[in-house]
Amino acid sequence: MSPRTLYDKHIDSHTVCRLDDQGHVLLYIDRQVINEYTSPQAFSGLRAAGREVWRPGTALAVVDHVNPTTPVRIAAMPDAGGARQVSYLAENCRDFGIELLDILDKRQGIEHVIAPEQGFILPGMVIAAGDSHTTTYGALGAFGFGIGTSEIEHLLASQTLVYKRLKSLRVTVDGELAPGLTSKDVIMALIGQIGASGATGYAIEFCGSTIDALSVEARMTICNMAVEAGARGAFMAPDEKVFSYLKGKPRAPQGELWDRGVEKWRELRSDPGAVFDREIHFDASGLEPMVTWGTSPDQAAAIGARVPDPQLISDPILRQDMRRALNYMGLEAGMALSDIVISHAFIGSCTNARIEDLRDAASVVRGQRVSEHVRAMIVPGSSEVRAQAEAEGLAQIFLDAGFEWRQSGCSMCLAMNDDVLAPGDRCASSTNRNFEGRQGAGARTHLMSPAMVAAAAISGRLTDIRHFGERP
Amino acid sequence: MSLQPFTQVSGQAAPFLAANVDTDVIMPKQFLKGIDRQGLDRGVFFDLRFLPDGRPNPDFVLNQTAWQGASFLVVGPNFGCGSSREHAVWGLQQLGVRALIGSNFAGIFYDNCQRNGVLLITLEEAQVQRIGTLVGEAETARLSIDLQAQQIGLADGSVIDFQIDALRKTSLLLGLDAIGSTLQRREQIHEFERQHLASNPWLS
Repeated sequence: MSPRTLYDKHIDSHTVCRLDDQGHVLLYIDRQVINEYTSPQAFSGLRAAGREVWRPGTALAVVDHVNPTTPVRIAAMPDAGGARQVSYLAENCRDFGIELLDILDKRQGIEHVIAPEQGFILPGMVIAAGDSHTTTYGALGAFGFGIGTSEIEHLLASQTLVYKRLKSLRVTVDGELAPGLTSKDVIMALIGQIGASGATGYAIEFCGSTIDALSVEARMTICNMAVEAGARGAFMAPDEKVFSYLKGKPRAPQGELWDRGVEKWRELRSDPGAVFDREIHFDASGLEPMVTWGTSPDQAAAIGARVPDPQLISDPILRQDMRRALNYMGLEAGMALSDIVISHAFIGSCTNARIEDLRDAASVVRGQRVSEHVRAMIVPGSSEVRAQAEAEGLAQIFLDAGFEWRQSGCSMCLAMNDDVLAPGDRCASSTNRNFEGRQGAGARTHLMSPAMVAAAAISGRLTDIRHFGERP
Repeated sequence: MSLQPFTQVSGQAAPFLAANVDTDVIMPKQFLKGIDRQGLDRGVFFDLRFLPDGRPNPDFVLNQTAWQGASFLVVGPNFGCGSSREHAVWGLQQLGVRALIGSNFAGIFYDNCQRNGVLLITLEEAQVQRIGTLVGEAETARLSIDLQAQQIGLADGSVIDFQIDALRKTSLLLGLDAIGSTLQRREQIHEFERQHLASNPWLS
């Protein structure tokens, strides 16, 4: 057999049958995660057609998108739509035999935070879920991708999807990150370089010394945001860090089964000599902290830079886009990014609200005060992350500094619940999308790492973390 | 559930050529709180289509006489990026959109369209721009799409060929129910599953 990429191995080992000679296969899916807002119509479809769920034990449901994050947790949703979605999810899980982590469950949290946390995702798995950030699971050596509601229904009914093979892209990231730099800066810089559709049609395999040196959680941030470059899957070969991350997790195999798993998972890597459709080499050693200035994740720059000038762009489409973005963002070409004054700071989301992110932010915030004109919120990625942060004393650091310490959920990343910004609000955000209206109609989002959000919350403006004083 | 087949469709085409139009813009969050697919036509491009006081925004292309009720959109690169929300496609469909023409589409959006019988046609950016310019004039805004022949007929008399996978084409032409087709392979899936779980017992 000729050398194969890790992507080939994932797909080959999950192909039930080929459907044509143009790359379509019937793909077996090992696991899916279900939320309250993209699943209702899928269950209704099953009900209307009188179909069963193929293997209910391979799905895990959680409430995360519409629930409030007020500090005191209550089961009731404040709005009729959210209440209907949450109760319909409970009804569907009960009727079809799917485990549900509801709003009062200690394991509740953002789907892409809790699934790895529970050991629900293992190396070598193929996972599909009704949320674009399902790519996160690639950090565990699994292959995850987002699907729509019709595909959720197809998957529930058949454990499979009609799937078209992607092209393969290897991104090799080498170099040591400077102090204060994080995996968020790596992926933001990459998206800035290749563009918001730079990886459309591709599955990305990340490798290189920078990736090897990152923690598993930091790798999740990279795989999570790869979808913002259009990638329909992003993963890394699993290593010892991944195995020790997973070992002992509630749903991870144990004993002899664990050992057999690890033995097999060690083979999950691209063969020497495997040919990729495309290769990118990325030097992380000179990287500076990144922030977005526009309304697409690729409209990003180093914090030391200035807002770009549309007049200097020759491509008329790009120029028009940049004008539109600056107009929406209320920014003038040429102003220093570090002069941008914020009204809100948000640390949350499946991209950057895990325990390491909160530790990082707390180390910046310790002993400081949130700027008087800033409302700052921390929404932990899961209820377990929240409990852990409280046990470590991080919550108190945030509270002492003037941050709101809230319950877990997707919250202001997409503002489907009541955490919504008003028109004109400007938010430093550890999330993944700076789209128009994403955090509220007319609201303005600047993406950055959690440490950079923390620094911005304290100083009241976008701030270079490297010049923010000594970090303990 | 079978879909409306796509064979030959003629109608008005509206140009909407901005790059990276995401599904948050196509279908904002306040329209995502249902448990059915109803009423999503109102939400399509809501913040662009309507003024803050609720009246239609006269500057938005779909509110202008020539392009109201357009059957087709001619769109910029990376249309449909971002969130997986299928509500974006349901809304476009409820608004009467049958096909979109662009240079590249985001992956999840592409699959969502396919699964709802909405045809996506991918052409070179220069061709998309040419069609966009043509349909941007009220008198040449009409076009027709023949999926069987894989051709777009423009108002200036020219015809543009397009490519599409045979599998997707057949499914659109017949309005096939993908789940029904897949479940005809029930035994094959069971057999695969038995072997897969036997060699990866931690998946059981």
